[in-house]
Amino acid sequence: MFVFLFIEGFPGLHADAGVYKPAEDFLSYVGPLVFGTVWAAVVALVIAVPFSIGVALFISHYAPSRIAAPIAYVIDLLAAVPSVVYGLWGGLALAQATKPVINWLFEHLDFIPFFAGPPSVTGRTMLTAGIVLAVMVVPIVTAISREIFAQTPRLHEEAAMALGATRWETIRLAVFPYARSGVISAVMLGLGRALGETMAVAMVLSATPVVTLNLISDTNPATIASNIASNYKEASPDRQAVLIATGLVLFAVTFLVNFAARWVIARSERSITR
Amino acid sequence: MAKSIDVSDLNIYYGDFLAVEGVNMTIRSKAVTAFIGPSGCGKSTFLRTLNRMHEVIPGARVEGKVVVSGQSLYDAAIDPVAVRRQIGMVFQRPNPFPTMSIYDNVLAGMRLNSKRLKKSDADAIVEKSLKGANLWNEVKDRLSKPGMGLSGGQQQRLCIARAIAVEPEVLLMDEPCSALDPISTSAIEDLIHELKSEYTIVIVTHNMQQAARVSDDTGFFNLKAAGQPGHLVEFNPTTKMFTNPDEESTEAYISGRFG
Repeated sequence: MFVFLFIEGFPGLHADAGVYKPAEDFLSYVGPLVFGTVWAAVVALVIAVPFSIGVALFISHYAPSRIAAPIAYVIDLLAAVPSVVYGLWGGLALAQATKPVINWLFEHLDFIPFFAGPPSVTGRTMLTAGIVLAVMVVPIVTAISREIFAQTPRLHEEAAMALGATRWETIRLAVFPYARSGVISAVMLGLGRALGETMAVAMVLSATPVVTLNLISDTNPATIASNIASNYKEASPDRQAVLIATGLVLFAVTFLVNFAARWVIARSERSITR
Repeated sequence: MAKSIDVSDLNIYYGDFLAVEGVNMTIRSKAVTAFIGPSGCGKSTFLRTLNRMHEVIPGARVEGKVVVSGQSLYDAAIDPVAVRRQIGMVFQRPNPFPTMSIYDNVLAGMRLNSKRLKKSDADAIVEKSLKGANLWNEVKDRLSKPGMGLSGGQQQRLCIARAIAVEPEVLLMDEPCSALDPISTSAIEDLIHELKSEYTIVIVTHNMQQAARVSDDTGFFNLKAAGQPGHLVEFNPTTKMFTNPDEESTEAYISGRFG
């Protein structure tokens, strides 16, 4: 796959300047896309990870099994929804629903760069895209975290409880240390999905090649995958090569992210066994 | 502060299943009380009801009274978390927290009770608890190493140190030596002898010689018949239990004749 990307995409790395319109060369063309990809994924994870861990803990440690099983089932079902459906929902329903939120954020928190505005009139913002991606990431992270939380040895939990730990303290003392590396892997899997997600983002965002942290305006960077999906069909062969080259960059980015994740896990495990 | 425990007419249920029936006994303070009996007769279950640890199993409930120095454990106003802070427990298999150092393991309970500890106080508690558990000399140079790196017997003593660090009133031990070799076992038994001067200790054991060696009082549990609930057959001073028991079945069990 890498070889294919490399051979097909190589000409795209240094084509004529006109091919990269509106940018000048490959780097300035792919830069905003890389930024958009990473930024959308980060926004998604910031929303999804606390939510997922909370739900997973609720299912594994708080809810009586009568409630826990249906919740787990519903969350798993979310994973089975095709991303086009998420895109439709995000672009139509969610975009409308977030408009008042966006306006509120702009009015009250516009000193934070994320909410600098001007607020979007369509609701098709990076925030909306982030939420859609978050909904897609939640089932993965929740399912894996739940399994890992549930596998915490009884013995460790009892050790904490016998010391007079409350339920939350038991979770902090016994469950989190045991589950940490597993949860990090779960988050990385989720990140992988958020980085590579195509349709949902393409359908929510109307893309412009900009680099901005602004979450609530109409001008948003596209992600690499959504950019390929929306432009590939009409592109000239030169342009296609450029798009494939951006795919190569996406490949590199995901690879780097996974590499970084492995490094983080390895490091945290070393600090345990020391 | 060591305390005595009075148990009257205690029935323990798992859902609808009556696991242990009609236990009456008085556990003396600053003494070692041992429970013996065949597997599955409810010794461990009963031990766990003494600090409400059985409640982690869904559906478990009790009828009857457990009174620790005048205070009923199953009073509606009593928080099980508070009970477990007063009544510590050591488990069958050593279970130090795997991600924590020896030092942090000892302090885990203290950190829950009072959030802020001065470094000097913390050091003092760690040293006192580890000395109390006869482990100080073996680990004093590697307190920052993980607790899982110790041998099984050392880990079990670390767990005892962790339990006594919070200065509980009662120490429950659920077959604390069953996963240990004879040398570690004898180290723990010596420790139990020493701890007796400060704590009320209740120990479940499958080892008759161990019960005879370490305990002052012994309770013998048995099943009435297969499928029937377990019950307390006899509760007497250990010397009497092992020489001249009241019940024939006690003598049969102790001397290895069954039925």
